[in-house]
Amino acid sequence: MGFERFTPYVLIAPALLYMGIFIGIPILESVYIAFFEQGAFTLSSIDRLLTSSNYVEAFKFTLLLAGVIISVEVLLAVIIAVFLYYAFPGRDALVYIVIVPLAISDVAAGLIWYSILTGNGFINKLLLNAGVIDSPIQFLGYTVRHLEFLAIVLAEIWRSMAIVFVITFAGLQQVSREIIEAAEVFGAGFWAKLRHVIIPSIKPPLQSALIIRTLFAFQIFGVVWVLAGRDIPVLAGEAYYELRILFREDIAALYALTIAAVSIAFGYFYLRLLRARHLEV
Amino acid sequence: MEAPGYTLGETIKGLLRAWAASMIAAWIVTPLGISILYAFSSPDLYYNPGIVLPTSLTLSNIQQLWNLGAAQSVLNSVVVGILTVSFSFLLGLPAGYAFAKYLFRGRDALKLLLVGMRMFPIIVIAVPLLVIYFRLGLNDTLLGLALAHTAMALPFVVLISSAVFSGVPRELEEAALVFGLTPLGVFYRVTIPLALPGLSAAAMFTFLMSWNEVFIASVLTLTNRTLPAFILQSALASTDPIKFAAGFLMIVPALIFILIARRYLITAWSITIR
Repeated sequence: MGFERFTPYVLIAPALLYMGIFIGIPILESVYIAFFEQGAFTLSSIDRLLTSSNYVEAFKFTLLLAGVIISVEVLLAVIIAVFLYYAFPGRDALVYIVIVPLAISDVAAGLIWYSILTGNGFINKLLLNAGVIDSPIQFLGYTVRHLEFLAIVLAEIWRSMAIVFVITFAGLQQVSREIIEAAEVFGAGFWAKLRHVIIPSIKPPLQSALIIRTLFAFQIFGVVWVLAGRDIPVLAGEAYYELRILFREDIAALYALTIAAVSIAFGYFYLRLLRARHLEV
Repeated sequence: MEAPGYTLGETIKGLLRAWAASMIAAWIVTPLGISILYAFSSPDLYYNPGIVLPTSLTLSNIQQLWNLGAAQSVLNSVVVGILTVSFSFLLGLPAGYAFAKYLFRGRDALKLLLVGMRMFPIIVIAVPLLVIYFRLGLNDTLLGLALAHTAMALPFVVLISSAVFSGVPRELEEAALVFGLTPLGVFYRVTIPLALPGLSAAAMFTFLMSWNEVFIASVLTLTNRTLPAFILQSALASTDPIKFAAGFLMIVPALIFILIARRYLITAWSITIR
């Protein structure tokens, strides 16, 4: 197996072609649905988007949720990854436990946290029976939208911190033992090793984790829908609602295109900012 | 001479570490455990404010959920999942093999393209896809959904199979060639058996991706709903215990997968980033 002329291209072509078709054609169709009415180009859909839909709120909340969730979970993931760097009895078991939420869908995570936070849920029952409160605290519902926001943040962090953790942890594990040993030879103690070897080694995997996590965060849907319905509008949720309930395809297409645009913009600026050397494969 | 046993400093460090470890474990496990318990508790126990955790478990919630139509949606999810794995592996394995075993012009650029596709918000194709599917007659079909899920899974499959195939020692393949096997024979007799563990984990994870996917499924299916779409459209309107039973159904494959493929989870996720 060496430099063979056509075989690799033949092997790759079907996959590339499939992706081209399933990304390219829908994008083109999206633009058509959004901006063309009976064959003529029109911007009336944008007008309706801004006046008769939750677009601005959805945009705001999507970015806000992404910002809050990612900041907190990155901090947690890094702390836990460093904590679990050195082996101790039970460390491996704990790593697997922390990774469990990776396989859990956002809908399931929403339902799980619903069971904790709802009126008859675990927290309320616990506090009621412990005598701490007299009547159930309402965490979910339109009147407590700020608490719903918090509930969504909590559920998402619980679920997706595992993603950031896995990437960071795997990256950390590959820190060469030799570097650590060299540091020890030079008299580096625990904190010095932490500051000068471990923390800097976190940066590359963390950057990868950050970009992929942020891009996925713009698509947040299931958790919000389960815990708050449309009380907290988000881009994907409104797209679903506009398409499936209101049958306004052009508005839905605009929502979808917004998600795509935000993702591409973020990805582009992020890669530019870091000159993504580590993404070169 | 040092006395045997732990110093005070070591003991305190050990205790703090144990405390932190149990806090982390509790944070992950408690919500999971609670929701599963509630899924199996009868409505009278659940709605009784005096009972925090049920002591007797029942299958009645699952049964009710089944009657509501969950059985069909579980089946649909399984079908879509299997189709997705089949299609994405059919298209993705050859590409992954090519990236792993061949040097060719544009290799790095193409791989970067694939990484970019992996990061593309695939859910945005659902909106136009619905319109396109109407024209093609694929609307509200499991096949249509599986094709969309394949687009979601394909970049992942290519990247991870490429990594798995790279892990198969070249010397073994070359030795097989020396012994007279054709390149295809080498692929079947040497590469595939060695790549099987990694590929199996990838297959399970791909199935899980399709199983968990909710946005595209909710948009593209109406009468042939998969489980997440069913939950969104029916279970959310039901009583709490039904909701929890639905949540439990959703996480069953996830728990099974973690049990079986836990060793590959770490490598699988970190590979597709790089």
